[in-house]
Amino acid sequence: MSDLLSLIIAKYNYWLYVILMMIGLYAMIAKNNLIKKIVGMNIFQTAIILFYVSIGYKTNATIPIIKSADTGHGMVVRAADYINPLTSCLMLTAIVVSVATFGFAMALTVRIYRRYQTLEEDELRMRLSE
Amino acid sequence: METVISIKPLLAVLVTLFVIPILISSSARPNVREAWIFIAGIIKLGLVFSMLPVILEGKQIALILFEIAPGAELAFRVDGLGMLFAIVAASLYIVTSVYSIGYMRGLDEHGQTRFVSFFALALSATIGVAFSANLLTLYLFYEILSLATYPLVTHHQDENSKISGRRYLVFILGTSIALVLPAMIYCYHVTGTLEFSTAGIFTGQLSRPAATVLLLMFLFGFAKAGIMPFHSWLPAAMVAPTPVSALLHAVAVVKVGVFSIVRVMTGIFGVGLLSAYNLGIMVMIIASVTILVGSCIALSQDELKRRLAFSTVSQLSYIVFGVALLSPQGLLGGVIHIVLHAFGKITLFFCAGAIFVATGKKYISQMSGLGKKMPFTFAAFFIGSLSVIGLPPTGGFYSKWNLILGTLEAQQTIFMVVLLISSFLNAFYFLPVVYNGFFGKSDDEGAESPVKIQEANLCLLIPLIITAVISIVLFFYPTIFINLVKVGLGIS
Amino acid sequence: MDNYPVLIVVAPFMTALFAGLFIWIEERLSYPIVLTGLAVSVFSAVNVLLRVIASGTIQYNMAGWPPPIGIEYRIDLLNAMVLCLVSGVAFLNLIASYRSVQQEISDRTGAYYTVYNLFITGLLGVTITGDLFNLYVLIEITSLTSYAQVAMGDRDRGPLASLNYIFIGVIGASFYLLGVGYLYMFTGSLNMVDVAVIIKDSQGSSTVLVAFILCILGVWIKMALFPMHVWLPNAYSYSPVVFSRAVAPLMTKVMVYVMIRLMITVFGYDYLFQKLQISDAVVWVATIAVLAGGIMALAQKNLKKMLAYIIVCEIGYMVGGAWLGNRLGMTGAILHIMNDALMTFALFLGVGNMIYRQKSVDLTDLRGLFGKMPWTMGGFVLAALSIIGVPPTCGFFSKWYLLLGAFEKGAYHFAAALIISSLICAVLFFRVFEICFFEPMPHGHENLHSHGIIEEAPVSMLVVSGIVSFFLIFAGLYSGTIVNTIILPFLG
Repeated sequence: MSDLLSLIIAKYNYWLYVILMMIGLYAMIAKNNLIKKIVGMNIFQTAIILFYVSIGYKTNATIPIIKSADTGHGMVVRAADYINPLTSCLMLTAIVVSVATFGFAMALTVRIYRRYQTLEEDELRMRLSE
Repeated sequence: METVISIKPLLAVLVTLFVIPILISSSARPNVREAWIFIAGIIKLGLVFSMLPVILEGKQIALILFEIAPGAELAFRVDGLGMLFAIVAASLYIVTSVYSIGYMRGLDEHGQTRFVSFFALALSATIGVAFSANLLTLYLFYEILSLATYPLVTHHQDENSKISGRRYLVFILGTSIALVLPAMIYCYHVTGTLEFSTAGIFTGQLSRPAATVLLLMFLFGFAKAGIMPFHSWLPAAMVAPTPVSALLHAVAVVKVGVFSIVRVMTGIFGVGLLSAYNLGIMVMIIASVTILVGSCIALSQDELKRRLAFSTVSQLSYIVFGVALLSPQGLLGGVIHIVLHAFGKITLFFCAGAIFVATGKKYISQMSGLGKKMPFTFAAFFIGSLSVIGLPPTGGFYSKWNLILGTLEAQQTIFMVVLLISSFLNAFYFLPVVYNGFFGKSDDEGAESPVKIQEANLCLLIPLIITAVISIVLFFYPTIFINLVKVGLGIS
Repeated sequence: MDNYPVLIVVAPFMTALFAGLFIWIEERLSYPIVLTGLAVSVFSAVNVLLRVIASGTIQYNMAGWPPPIGIEYRIDLLNAMVLCLVSGVAFLNLIASYRSVQQEISDRTGAYYTVYNLFITGLLGVTITGDLFNLYVLIEITSLTSYAQVAMGDRDRGPLASLNYIFIGVIGASFYLLGVGYLYMFTGSLNMVDVAVIIKDSQGSSTVLVAFILCILGVWIKMALFPMHVWLPNAYSYSPVVFSRAVAPLMTKVMVYVMIRLMITVFGYDYLFQKLQISDAVVWVATIAVLAGGIMALAQKNLKKMLAYIIVCEIGYMVGGAWLGNRLGMTGAILHIMNDALMTFALFLGVGNMIYRQKSVDLTDLRGLFGKMPWTMGGFVLAALSIIGVPPTCGFFSKWYLLLGAFEKGAYHFAAALIISSLICAVLFFRVFEICFFEPMPHGHENLHSHGIIEEAPVSMLVVSGIVSFFLIFAGLYSGTIVNTIILPFLG
């Protein structure tokens, strides 16, 4: 039991992302309102972004911008001092993707609302089967 | 065996395929269209006959088109057996074309261009089956034939033909996909080849139970052969116009089924394997059941075409039966029956169609006394019946004779009895038609009114006379076909 | 000269942007612009394929950065083939689209063409890239553009179908992204080949296992493997037909390609089939997918929906074949990527033509279509036969390899499912044909014997149908060549 506890504490970032993901997934599947579903989708994507950023993190490291480039004598850059920049860069792209998806989904809800005057899925399904 | 590479088999297959666009483009001018059919038919027959001398010398003609996988090409190989079948199909195609002009125009049928186009396609596929070098190619053309005949069977486009078409597909397409395809692929999986060879393709990979199952899958899978219980598509397919019933459901389609079974038994399993595992008996039993039951059902049919259909079901099993004897005489009798039955049965169908066009009558009970009006038709019917029953002086005699010799040779006397009983049954269901036709009283006219000859038009009459005459000629000159069988199966 | 690989992707991408600009300048020009882009893409793809066949794998480093730092385009035989397929189908579809777009989405033509080309760009990028994260981004480009196109369809149901498609699509892509994250955690690399080298020695790692499960799960959701298929039928059937024609043949097939790429290049045979030993389970899932897809298709009353379920069924073919774990099965799966793309394209082209004339493809609206649109129906029949698996159409030959693979593995349940699904497809399509052939047209043309006037689709659409029909046969007859020059060398 204490092993499990220490595992959870030692890798709390992963547990957080898992919990966030589950919340998002739950909302996407179980919620009836389209907007709530979209919010769930966003949480889901954010969880993954957090996961990526956290795997690039190192204890006691700083942002990967080399400050002292002009020290002159034998510049030494220790990789351990900087967090991994790649994961953050990747997530920039992923954020763009998720924003685009989010925007598009919202646009669709607007259209659905104009057409049916509702965003509740069960009502929509009823209207469609008429 | 010496092999000659030639493009002729391909051409023979393609001729009737390439003529289809021409047929469609000349659909507005029926006479031009029909002329093209004849041109194609004659070229085809010419190509087939031009290969005959080479085959009779004991050589084979081969052509590889596409390699699909090692040991499974799309390839043609013409041997005696294929030649025999091709001659029958190609020559009867021309005759049937004449007949179908008379029939379709006589009844003013719709969609004639569609009809002749699919007819041509069906014939291409038939020749393709005849010339196939391996099981894959055979399967390919077999399936094309199934599909090409569907629009012909359902030509009338009414509820009745829809139901029959459905049954046709379920039996023909269903069995070939569900049984033949897996069986074929299993054969390839085990042996790595599908090439027909007289020794068979298996070299000890197959246990007896596996061989039994495979053989049954092929036997029932080629449902065009009409082996019971997969026969009921054939009577159903009789809704088609009579030329279709005549050429396709007495000759091309059903014989393709039987031919495929013969090929599989002699070329895939090989006579050696079958007799080693003693599988011939099993096939003979199945065939005997079909022979007897088919004949019995035929007795009870009143619609002439249905009676002929059940007769075909039973006669087809003669061929399978003969091959299953696995003795030289039996093989000869079985395979030669492909030819002899074809000429006999097509005559009968031609007669049925001629009667229908001339008088509109479909049922045997209505045909009483009709022989006086249509003497030629009924005479031809008589000859056809004799040939199917197997009495001299018609060709059918040869196959029955050889089959009976075969049973004796294989020491299967019980099965000889089956053949004899069936012949009697054949006589029972055919001869009364002829007898009543000539000597019965017609019911719709007073007996004293003078009977005028009212034959069907010449396009219908000439073909049936030709095939009837050929049936007799074959009694006197069967040598070519016998030689072809001997060359094809390596029987001395 | 050396930039052909990148041109395949960049040409449609740049032309999409230009076409987008031209919406405000001269909307009519956007069509020729995107057409040019795809033409360049096809040309480059064919060129690259020929070069790969001649001289092996091509590596192209984007912006000159060598892997694993830069993004690498890595083209071997497999993706060269898929590239040709994707660009070819996209190009042909665009030709056929011109008139459909005018009719269906006339108010937003420029926007449509822009999105369409971006969609194709995404697919081509997915196929060509050798970088795992780049793959994710391109999958999302493809998905986003396809959401947009779905939403352009049916005004009532399109938006909702699109939204549900988004939810599932996001889940699928996110799973994949998560899997890539784990791979990156373990290896510190995103280049496929690089990753493969690093994980080769540490296959017991649970990180790799989690990565694998997530990646494969994501890809399966994206390709609509049963039971993760629910989004597909609605998305495909409520979208405009111009889009369904492209997405149905391409999207799922490209995802199957991604799966095979992950299996072969990244995780490797040893890992999947020696270490994990889940192939039996996956083949079972595929078996169920094949059957369930077919059975659900039987329940549909709309042709487009029916075809969508057939896609679900076909996905099962490919997944099952790939997971059989032998060369034959994998050959079958890869061959089926190509064949299925062609057949689905041909079917949807037929649907497009029907919609152009009939507006609706509910099965009851198809009555009398053989008379009204003979050429369209001809192409449709051919494609349907290919799905059923009738030789010589290409569908038969991939089924051949799949069945052989199943026999070799002893996965008889999968073989049985393939056969049964063929039969189900036969039922499905002949049910459609019966409606088109037997039922009279709804109004005016009750008399079957005088055929209705022919009202065919525009020539541009018919020509494309004709070309694809030709390829159905061509790819079938030359499947041996394709297997020998592309697939077997690829599998090594």
